[in-house]
Amino acid sequence: MDFFLYSKIGQMVLALLAFAAVVAVLMLGARVADRVAGRTRNLWALLVFAGPALLLLGVGLIYPAGRTIVMSFMDRRSEEWVALDNYAWVLNNPESLRAFINTFWWVILTPLVATVVGLLYAILIDGKRFEKVAKSLLFMPMAISFVGAGIIWKFVYEYRGAAQDQIGLLNAVLVAVGLEPVRFLQDGPWNTFFLIFVMIWVQAGFAMVLLSAAIKAIPTDIVEAARLDGVSPWQMFRSITVPSIRPTLVVVVTTISIATLKIFDITRTMTGARFGTQVLANQMYDQSFTFGNNGIGSATAVVIFVLVIPIIVYNVRQMLRNREVRGA
Amino acid sequence: MSGTTPANPAVAVGRPATSVPDPMGGRPAPTNRVTTSSRAKKTLSTRVGSAVALVIAVLWTLPTAGLLITSVRPEGQIRSTGWWTFFSDPAFTLDNYREVVFGRASSGALANFFMNSLTITVPATVIPLVLAIMAAYAFSVLQWKGRDTVFVLVFALQIVPLQMALIPLLRIFSGTAVAEAFPFLSIWVAHSIFALPLAVFLLHNFMAEVPRELIEAARVDGAGHVTLFFRIMLPLLVPAIASFAIFQFLWVWNDLLVGLTFSGGNNQIQPLTARLSEMAGSRGQDWHLLTSGAFVSMIVPLVVFFALQKYFVRGLLAGSVKG
Repeated sequence: MDFFLYSKIGQMVLALLAFAAVVAVLMLGARVADRVAGRTRNLWALLVFAGPALLLLGVGLIYPAGRTIVMSFMDRRSEEWVALDNYAWVLNNPESLRAFINTFWWVILTPLVATVVGLLYAILIDGKRFEKVAKSLLFMPMAISFVGAGIIWKFVYEYRGAAQDQIGLLNAVLVAVGLEPVRFLQDGPWNTFFLIFVMIWVQAGFAMVLLSAAIKAIPTDIVEAARLDGVSPWQMFRSITVPSIRPTLVVVVTTISIATLKIFDITRTMTGARFGTQVLANQMYDQSFTFGNNGIGSATAVVIFVLVIPIIVYNVRQMLRNREVRGA
Repeated sequence: MSGTTPANPAVAVGRPATSVPDPMGGRPAPTNRVTTSSRAKKTLSTRVGSAVALVIAVLWTLPTAGLLITSVRPEGQIRSTGWWTFFSDPAFTLDNYREVVFGRASSGALANFFMNSLTITVPATVIPLVLAIMAAYAFSVLQWKGRDTVFVLVFALQIVPLQMALIPLLRIFSGTAVAEAFPFLSIWVAHSIFALPLAVFLLHNFMAEVPRELIEAARVDGAGHVTLFFRIMLPLLVPAIASFAIFQFLWVWNDLLVGLTFSGGNNQIQPLTARLSEMAGSRGQDWHLLTSGAFVSMIVPLVVFFALQKYFVRGLLAGSVKG
């Protein structure tokens, strides 16, 4: 018994066993219901199959999200109503404004650059002998956590005084070509852009994989016909490749935008949000858990949510347009 | 898994194939009939193109290579010279790994956190997967009133940022006796809930592709829902399940926000990512620990990734590209 209660592996096994038991009981119930005739049978099946997931979503996502909206209108301990004070703080406080501006740059630059790099790379290696390996190289950062990626790049950006040997790759290159070493992570306003590059580094592989699949799905007869007409590679790219992969481009850009809006780990690991690199998602964490101000933390979370909505709306509208074009 | 979610409504979804084609593979370049002069031009542009691709590939791999090489150099050398000197002056040691994994608490003691990450990740992958398969069955095979409305609602929940649910969800657990006895419970539940919308959506897409006739035939033969679920649906869904399982595993293993929030700094349950992120702040100059520690945290996802890349990519494509 001690094994199950006091060792981690034991707790894990116990959890899995308990979960298996719950599922088994549910399935047995459905089995019994299968024997019953009529409408109750379907109701039972519905309860067994969809019930657990819907219950969890209700208790663990819908209720908390609603509660967060309520808390965003209350004070730091959620005791008194404060109307729009928290939102006023989020939209007026200089530090919070800094987080807004930084988040704006993150959300503009990351999807744009990651998509351009991914698309360029996908086109360049299309049909090459080493395509598979080449793709894996660019895709690999997707498997690395943001924390790991943060440490990898923190080391690339490492700064030493001009008197010492540089151990950071980037500063070593700068010194080798006769320039002064740069404090990449400490000196604003550029440091935010060096953090943004880490996100680009992680996401480019995702863009590349999706776009490459889309490029391969372009019907060969179109490509062949264009080739026979003697179009230049640039014309081919502009009038055939891009229009054909438009839906995928929208998906890639919106997906990366949403992921970037919620970026938290890179900033936290690389600069701890110091030196003017604060972003909204990290501000939410700091306010709620470091300073214990649930009002401002919740308001920041709601603001992130509101910022996600237009991206989603755009994505859905594009989807509907594509459906009409396809006649599906 | 870094935070990109592959799902999106933007498109029709790939057919669940029983055999898995390799999405990372290439296709032969089409043959060209071209004149010599344009061939010369073409060769030149191909050269430039290959050079650009090479530069991108190097930029995307060199930082990770630098981290790996640094992690096996002696501490004194790491502090004084760049990792690229390893090739002219090789000195190899595993001391950094020994220290960061099994050493004093102040130098990381990552063995404990590695176990935490494992303990968190396995149930947080299995539980949402099973629940999502069941829910997907209810949304694609069972016929009931309001089905599509509820499905759209579940799908829409994907846009709720984790930040929106964290504090109230945390409060549901805090101070309860169950949470005291089973400290991992809240992390498991949180991860499971946050994974559901995407998982249900993806698996439903695969299930919706299963021909109705097949289901009807089984029903006529007197198969109940349980039989239908286990005997017909599950075997057909294996590739989709594998895809999502890998995706969720990487996502949970690499997550920082949930792990940090729900462990509340408790070393008995904190995942590797939380410990590493903290070390990057508190021991920012100890590169011998940070590089080896980062690599320890990357080993599991990288192995999973390279071994199962095919399935992982198929999962990504399932939400977006026909194929």
